[in-house]
Amino acid sequence: MSAQVAVMAADTGINGVALAVLIVLFAIVTVAGFYASRFQRGDSLESLDEWGLGGRKFGTWVTWFLLGGDLYTAYTFVAVPAAMFATGAVAGFFAVPYTIVLYPIIFIFMARLWSVSHRHGYVTTADFVRGRYNSRALSLAVAVTGFVATMPYIALQLVGIQAVLEVAGLGGGDNIIAKDLPLFIAFALLAAYTYSSGLRAPAVIAFVKDILIYLVIIVAVIYLPGQVGGWDSIFGAAQDKMATVNPATDKPTGTFISVDSTHWAYATLALGSALALFMYPHSVTASLSSNSRNTIRRNAAILPAYSFVLGLLALLGWVAIAAGTTPVGLDGEPNAQLVIPQLFEDMFPAWFAGVAFAAVAIGALVPAAIMSIAAANTFSRNIYKEWLKPDATPAQEAKVSKLMSLVVKAFALVFVLTLDKQNAINFQLLGGIWILQTFPAVVFSLYTRWFHRYALLTGWAVAMVYGTVEAYQVINPVTGKHFGGSLGEIPGLGELGYIAMTAFVLNLVITVVLSAILNAAKVSNGQDETIPFDYVADADDPRVQKDLVDHEKHDAAYGDPDDISGNAGAR
Amino acid sequence: MVLAGVLLMIPIIALMWVPSYAKTDPELFGFPFFFWYQFLWVFLCSGLTWTAYKLTLAARPPRTPRATDGSSTAGGDR
Repeated sequence: MSAQVAVMAADTGINGVALAVLIVLFAIVTVAGFYASRFQRGDSLESLDEWGLGGRKFGTWVTWFLLGGDLYTAYTFVAVPAAMFATGAVAGFFAVPYTIVLYPIIFIFMARLWSVSHRHGYVTTADFVRGRYNSRALSLAVAVTGFVATMPYIALQLVGIQAVLEVAGLGGGDNIIAKDLPLFIAFALLAAYTYSSGLRAPAVIAFVKDILIYLVIIVAVIYLPGQVGGWDSIFGAAQDKMATVNPATDKPTGTFISVDSTHWAYATLALGSALALFMYPHSVTASLSSNSRNTIRRNAAILPAYSFVLGLLALLGWVAIAAGTTPVGLDGEPNAQLVIPQLFEDMFPAWFAGVAFAAVAIGALVPAAIMSIAAANTFSRNIYKEWLKPDATPAQEAKVSKLMSLVVKAFALVFVLTLDKQNAINFQLLGGIWILQTFPAVVFSLYTRWFHRYALLTGWAVAMVYGTVEAYQVINPVTGKHFGGSLGEIPGLGELGYIAMTAFVLNLVITVVLSAILNAAKVSNGQDETIPFDYVADADDPRVQKDLVDHEKHDAAYGDPDDISGNAGAR
Repeated sequence: MVLAGVLLMIPIIALMWVPSYAKTDPELFGFPFFFWYQFLWVFLCSGLTWTAYKLTLAARPPRTPRATDGSSTAGGDR
């Protein structure tokens, strides 16, 4: 085996066998994507419930695969180990507590969001806010934030695919067309089957993706440590590297474990990311596509299996340190993002490296598909129907969503091909900061209407500006550019913390103070079209069953049919 | 329901309290404490969430359907 490893390490050009395996697996997934439209098929795909939410009838296991495929993206698989490799545990391993505390949080509120969405036909969180406060402005704020925050996230999935293709030796030509052609083809296929199959496509592909990912990780975690001297030497090598002083900054390269000055950063990164994740439209889309509120709660208990895998993957970044992996891009520049594909190519036989590459590449397709569907749903529901064409039929809405999913993907492609990759990463950091600011409007409103719509809007606006300015002021110590990271000093505490959390606290303070004032002044808080029963309704409730039957005709308008709030139970 | 809430809060508090586990010893299978402790919480959290799920099922009052006209057309779960 070691001879094989030596041969592989010497191979820097196109890896033929790995590439062939990658292409075959990719082709299988493409066929599956097109056939997915027959999976648990409804009457037609000509409505948002069918195209954009898979008919709202995915059970526990489909939801598990779909959410897993959605949340644990290819970019996560590339970037988390890359962060571990480059700067250590605080930047990388926080992903583990992040994806643990995530589940108690969604257990608490997601079931309520599911129920109220189920009762009123809400497809997005902005739909819910609209119904809860009858506030177009607040709804638009939530919709635009979700849409804008999702765009760079899709682009990052492409960065994930690009990393794999680059290590496999593709895309090295000087000709700009030949250079990016493979990525272009991959994305064109993705766009085509998302367009034709809707949310069912990623649901089916997620099975393949997860099986491949689990296979690769299990093999990697069992096989690789033995190749580099066991876990002792892996942690030893990582500790040495992180303690080495970086000449550019005069500080240690990174953190082996969290130290006194990084505890706040570690905790706020984990909590802030966890609170933010289920505000993203793609997480909401995957959750709402499940068939009952308990499907979501069961999933909160079984989804942590992915967190375990993510933790192991993070440690692969340190396996790469021990293995002496040197991630160098085809342009000859060092690029930490390539470390995991490079590790696989160096250490695995060619055919298995191909399987691993396919796992990452397919891992990018699932979230990219769900994200583009979710962003498109947000656009068609909360911008197109709300502001541009209020009398749009469900069929027209679905049509706009399908077209928009193409536009969103095209935009992501242009973004990655024309702009520096670093821009995509910066915007994604910003996206995380932004999306968290919609949390009060969405989650608190699931429980109470004490918070005032204008207070929520003001808190959101101030926090958005604050977060953006703070993130801009973070200077990368090596390159000297703005948006150098997501950590800023917490005012009054003097410790570094996640900017999104600081902005979130600011948001909360403003919202609470203004709500108290506006409520005392008896300013109208809008009409509420929901009733308390809506928040605990389950799929097998007779009244909900009646709704489902009504909705199967696909020609009735969604939401409250008579626009009189609070009477939804009387339908 | 209160108990379920408490169970759900435990992992959040435990993991937000970073100084309690930011140390290398004791090691387990070559893993510093910092790492295996967090891996351990993956399972603990999963168990606590499942328990909380069972508690909420038990706490949910028996359903008293008012609108009986829907029960005859149970076509929603094909």
